[in-house]
Amino acid sequence: MGHSISMTVNGKACDGEVEARTLLVDFLRDHLRLTGTNVGCDTSQCGSCTIMMNGKSVKSCTTLAVQADGSDVTTIEGLATNGDLHPLQQAFWDEHGLQCGFCTPGMIMASVGILQDNPNPSEDEIRHSLEGNICRCTGYQNIVKAVQSASKSMKGAA
Amino acid sequence: MGNYIGKSEKRVEDPRFIQGKGNYVANLSMPDMAHVAVLRSPHAHANIKSINTDAAKAMEGVIDVFVGQDLIDGGVGQMPVIWQVPENKIPVRWPLTPDKVRHVGDSVAAVVAEDAYIARDALDLIEVDYEVLSATTGAEATTEDGKPLVHDEIENNITFKWGLGDKEACDKAFEKADHVIEVDIANQRLIANAMEPRACAAQWTASTEEMTVWTTSQNPHIIRFGLSAVTLPEIPEHKLRVISPDVGGGFGSKIFHYPEEVILPWVAKRVNRPVKWVATRSESFITDSQGRDHVQHCKMAVTKDGIITGLHVELYADMGAYLSSIAPLIPTVICITLFSGLYKIPGIWGHTTGTLTNTVPVDAYRGAGRPEASFLVERLVDMAARELGMDPVKFRRKNFIPKDEFPYQTPVAFLYDSGDYHAMMDKAEENAGYSDMRKAQENAKKEGRLVGVGVSGCVEASGYGPAATVGALGFYGGMWEHGSIRVHPTGRVTVFSGSHSHGQGHETTFAQIVADKLGVDMADVDVVHGDTDLVTQGMGTYGSRSVAVGGEALVNAATEIRKKLVELAAHLLEASVDDMIYDDENGKVHVKGVEDKAKTFGELAFAAYSGHSLPEGMDPGLEHSAYYNPGNFTFPCSAHIVQVEVDKDTGEIEIQRYVAIEDCGNVINPMVVEGQIIGGIVQGVGQALYEHGIYDEYGQLVTGSMLDYAMPRADNLPMIESDRTETPSPSNSLGVKGVGEMGSISSPPAVVNAVVDALADYGVKHIDMPLTSEKIWNIINSNGG
Repeated sequence: MGHSISMTVNGKACDGEVEARTLLVDFLRDHLRLTGTNVGCDTSQCGSCTIMMNGKSVKSCTTLAVQADGSDVTTIEGLATNGDLHPLQQAFWDEHGLQCGFCTPGMIMASVGILQDNPNPSEDEIRHSLEGNICRCTGYQNIVKAVQSASKSMKGAA
Repeated sequence: MGNYIGKSEKRVEDPRFIQGKGNYVANLSMPDMAHVAVLRSPHAHANIKSINTDAAKAMEGVIDVFVGQDLIDGGVGQMPVIWQVPENKIPVRWPLTPDKVRHVGDSVAAVVAEDAYIARDALDLIEVDYEVLSATTGAEATTEDGKPLVHDEIENNITFKWGLGDKEACDKAFEKADHVIEVDIANQRLIANAMEPRACAAQWTASTEEMTVWTTSQNPHIIRFGLSAVTLPEIPEHKLRVISPDVGGGFGSKIFHYPEEVILPWVAKRVNRPVKWVATRSESFITDSQGRDHVQHCKMAVTKDGIITGLHVELYADMGAYLSSIAPLIPTVICITLFSGLYKIPGIWGHTTGTLTNTVPVDAYRGAGRPEASFLVERLVDMAARELGMDPVKFRRKNFIPKDEFPYQTPVAFLYDSGDYHAMMDKAEENAGYSDMRKAQENAKKEGRLVGVGVSGCVEASGYGPAATVGALGFYGGMWEHGSIRVHPTGRVTVFSGSHSHGQGHETTFAQIVADKLGVDMADVDVVHGDTDLVTQGMGTYGSRSVAVGGEALVNAATEIRKKLVELAAHLLEASVDDMIYDDENGKVHVKGVEDKAKTFGELAFAAYSGHSLPEGMDPGLEHSAYYNPGNFTFPCSAHIVQVEVDKDTGEIEIQRYVAIEDCGNVINPMVVEGQIIGGIVQGVGQALYEHGIYDEYGQLVTGSMLDYAMPRADNLPMIESDRTETPSPSNSLGVKGVGEMGSISSPPAVVNAVVDALADYGVKHIDMPLTSEKIWNIINSNGG
């Protein structure tokens, strides 16, 4: 029944024994105890569980752990470098882009993907790209502002 | 003036959330922890003829399986209804139902297993023999003769009737009215969908006979009381600790005492292992108490000069299959009391019939009764203006309660504390460029486009509430708040609040208040909440009460700390207490006129704990616990102006501009306040345009997933233009009013008024929410458009 898998998570080699049906998000949360990635739904609608896998943002609740075998995964816990917040983390804080914080890891990881694909998005493009992530607290306004602000600061740093 | 109040301090709780360090119940892991899954009924109405759990129990990895009768035999109590109106018929509700299921999602059995996957697998092995019964749905339809009874002992599915107002004055108004505006409104069923699904965990410590329960609650102290006093009396209150750590949004849906909060600790003690249950989103849809669901028959009396003289509302409120914790409050006391809106209306009468259906229970959801009231008032006002050919802003202005008439006694019980509605509307008109908006609308019309402008003006009662008043109106508890302040010997400060934050930012706002009241650095203040062992008492967060009530409790505690510091400083400086000056900027206490004859906050804190030299009669230590029982509610208000365009071909609605003015009195943190307002507005836009909990005739929830239940997404909205006026509340020392719910109260009528305005040429007077493109397309196409 068990499948041995190994992957790089936040720069560290990890392995584990999982069932074929084990979801990637459960592997991250329960096996690796990386509980920063949240589960908000069971239909792949809310995006709370978004992570980066091989450089693409994916919803880890609809990815099997075995599918991630051999891949390079980044979760919210691995986004800051040497204690310095990622510009998107900083921007979410500065712009009040979060309230209850539950959708936030997924929002930030989705935004990492957005800015990677399009470093200079318009407001419309940001809004459209965040369509797969639901926030119930903020009304999205300050999330959009946070992505705009991070886009500027990342350009400045580049 | 302090250093922090009124400033947009960045939130101190954010670093943990942005780094994935949020401490949610689902993240909890304990050695030897087992997992619970709950079997939910697939039927809306059925007798349970038998349950066979043998196969489930025999499954590898399953520890035990329990059914409703096990819990009843094991001493659990019925789920309580803690707000009851007179002659309220209370349906029986057990944590796990033993004999009959009454809604899809009703809880039938609980599996305890080694992991969550096994627990869920085992649910499939439980055999329940259901005798399926006909279901009843529809807030008003369920009262008809011959409908199935949800509870055999409750005739016509009517659980209560409640009325308020001056019926005579109301009748007189309609006799003399030049115009009577009538409308039937269905204020639809909503589902809160806080992003964090509910979760619960429990740990029994046999050696000390202590139980700890972790739950995603907005009010852990109320859960502690409910468990120990009613539902789980085997654990006395002093042996029970309830922790609600970081909670991922509530919007009312996490106020209530839920069955899992009984099941988990009961099971933990039986299997003598820590246990955890985390709802799937599908479970949330069929077990979290839902919102709204009224059928309202409304009429408004108006003179030919445009003066509103009467309002008459007969409403039916669908309470679902059981009465959730405070459900009877929502369509009665908290709803009809707001029928006066922002207006002087001499004759108001409202009457509610609370009904039972085979649907998920309905209780408070953001706004809770107030959106249902504001929507009907603001729709009628708009319809009246249109019938009289008056501009909707002018019509509202004509009927506003003038600012010199505050405090204003409405005919429906409330005494409004303060307000300047005209000034608020001035600002809304100015920020919107209202007359230009109207011109743009005219131009669009010439081009054949459907542009509409909608206005709303709302008031709400927040800061619940004076204990005696809520007691007289049916609440079993008191709605004070508790807070305490502990100054440590080093001068650092821990604040303990009975209020609970699940997104509102209390750790920042309360730190701002206390830092200012003590004159200390905000970084030296830590706010603790959500743990009944750390915070001795509390009433929690709902009804937009946290700062107006919880904040005031902290002000009271800080005042006592200051008093002690002044007495201690006077003693140490050998001066009279009356000559001491407390410096708000830095917490230093000095002798009047002699600034260097002073003791710093840190020196005084240490002196209080060293106890080497204290005034006679003063105890060592520096902490104070305080309660605050408000004298009145607070009455925030808002004026919103919205411009929409309706696509003739698709029926889609685009919000082009959203201009919002709120008046929530003084503000502690403008950034947090604006965040609450915008978030609320967007949730209200969800009600106006997208969200609908739809049940079919069999009682099946058709919109039972996020695929089917549409909520606002980032690309549905423009940037909302939010601004404020500030009319301080005279009801509390901070001058604050509630803000958490105002947005969701004001935006549904503003958006619907705008869309009706856009479609006025089609003869449209009212459209029930949500305004789906299908509904709009049909209106356009069935009227020769």
